[in-house]
Amino acid sequence: MIVVVLPAHLRALAGVTGDVQLEVDDPVTRHSILDAIEARYPMLRGTIRDHVAGERRPLLRFFACGEDITHEPADAPLPEAIASGAEPFYIIGAIAGG
Amino acid sequence: MSNVRVLVGTRKGAFILTSDGKREKWDVSGPHFAGWEIYHVKGSPVDPNRIYASQTSDWFGQIIQRSDDGGQNWFQPGTPAGESTTTPDGMPKGESNKFVYDTSDETGKPLTTHQFYDGTPHPWEFKRVWHIEPSFDDPDTVYAGIEDAALFRSTNGGETWQELPGLRGHGTGSQWQPGAGGMCLHTVILDQNNRERIFVAISAAGAFRTDDGGATWKPINTGLHSQYIPDPTAEVGHCVHHIAKHATNSNLLYMQKHWDVMRSDDAGDSWREISGNLPTDFGFVIDVHAHEPETIYVVPIKSDSEHFPPDGKLRVYRSRTGGDEWEALTKGLPQENCYVNILRDAMAVDSLDSCGVYFGTTGGQVYASPDAGDTWTPIVRDLPPVLSVEVQTLS
Repeated sequence: MIVVVLPAHLRALAGVTGDVQLEVDDPVTRHSILDAIEARYPMLRGTIRDHVAGERRPLLRFFACGEDITHEPADAPLPEAIASGAEPFYIIGAIAGG
Repeated sequence: MSNVRVLVGTRKGAFILTSDGKREKWDVSGPHFAGWEIYHVKGSPVDPNRIYASQTSDWFGQIIQRSDDGGQNWFQPGTPAGESTTTPDGMPKGESNKFVYDTSDETGKPLTTHQFYDGTPHPWEFKRVWHIEPSFDDPDTVYAGIEDAALFRSTNGGETWQELPGLRGHGTGSQWQPGAGGMCLHTVILDQNNRERIFVAISAAGAFRTDDGGATWKPINTGLHSQYIPDPTAEVGHCVHHIAKHATNSNLLYMQKHWDVMRSDDAGDSWREISGNLPTDFGFVIDVHAHEPETIYVVPIKSDSEHFPPDGKLRVYRSRTGGDEWEALTKGLPQENCYVNILRDAMAVDSLDSCGVYFGTTGGQVYASPDAGDTWTPIVRDLPPVLSVEVQTLS
C-alpha cells in the first residue's frame, strides 16, 4: 500500500481529509501512481496532468524520498520505500503568491 | 413574493447572496470552493435550482461544479465522489472538466493556430472556462465559453462537453489574438425568441453570430472602429469587452468595447457608437434594464492602463434613451478615493417589477440597487476581488 500526499485543494476535491493510501501493482512508478489516483478519485482527472497528452500541469511537482523526481521519466521505478509505503509520494503545488 | 439570489464568482471562491423582493436584507453563504478562482456561476432559466459554476486554478486546471438544490450542495457532474469511473457495461464515464478541441476530419476543422501577442502562430491551448450559459429549454443543456477562445456545449448536465467547431473554423480564427486577459470567449448570449441564434464575443477578435444553432458563424463587427489595431475597421481583431441583449428583443444589442460604447439594432450586422456624454468610454460591463430596452447601464473606467473610475468616484451611468445621453448614478456609491475596477461579467439585473441592478468590484464590494439605479447599497463590502455577478429572480 503506497501513501500519497495531495495538495489541500485536491484533498478537498477528492473528499479526503488526510493522506491517500492506494494499491499499486509493481513496478511502482509515477505513472502508475497517478493512474491509481485517477481511478480511485475520478474527480481529480485533469487536475494533476492534462487529459489528452497526460502531461504534468506546469505548477505541480513530484517528490519521493526527499528527491525531486518531477523531471525523471514517468515510467522509472520509484524507490522501494515508496513502493512499500514506508515513505509517502508527494504531489506539491508550486509556491506562488495569490 | 419573489426572492432574489445573487451568484458571485470571486478570485477565492463563490458566494451566494439571497434576499426577498424588497432587497434590503441579505443572507450571505460562502465561500464555496474556497481558494479557487470562480470565473462564473449561473443558474438555469428552466430550473433555477440547477446552477453551474466554473472553478479554475493555475495549479489544478478546470473544474465544473453543479448544484441541483439552489447552491446548497455541489458536485462534479459525471464523477460524483465515491462513484465508479465506469458505467455498468464498462464504458468510461464522462469527465466534466475535459474540454478538448475538435480537430477531427469529420466534424472539426483543420485549424491549429491563432496569433500570439507578437503576431506569430500559436497553438490553441485550453486554459479555463470564462462563461457558462444554460439554455432556455433544458437544464441539462449548457454552453461554455473558454480560453483559448472556443464555444463548447454539454447536453447532459455538464458531464461531457463538445466543441461547436464551426466558430473557430469559420475562416478568421487564425487571425485572432489574445487581449490582456488572454484569448477568451467571455460572452455567450442565447436568444429567447430564436433558439438557433447565438451571439458570442472574444477578446481580442470581436463579436460573432450563428443563426443555425452553432453550425456556421460570421463576424458581426461592421461599424466598430479600434484605433489600436493596424486596420481600425478590420473584420476581426476588435477587443470587445462585453455585449448585453434585452431579454425580448432579438435584434437590439449593446456593446462595451475596449474603448467605445456601441449599439446595434440589427442583431450585430452593423454597430453605431452611443458613447455620447460619458466621461470616458472605456469600461468592461454593460447591461440592459429588464423591462425597458432603451435603458442601459455602464461603469466608465478611466483608461486601458488606469483600470479605475475617473476622479476616484464610482459612478454607474444610465441612459434611458438607448445611448448617447447618459446620467451619473452616485447615490450610495463612494465618491472619493475609489480605485476599484468592475470586470466584464460583474453586472446583472433582476426581473422584478422595479428592476434591480447589481455589480461587483475588484475591491470585493457587491452593490445592489432595487430601484433601477437610483440608489445603491453594498450587500457585502469585503469579498475577494469579484469576477462575475449573476442574478436569479425566484418566484
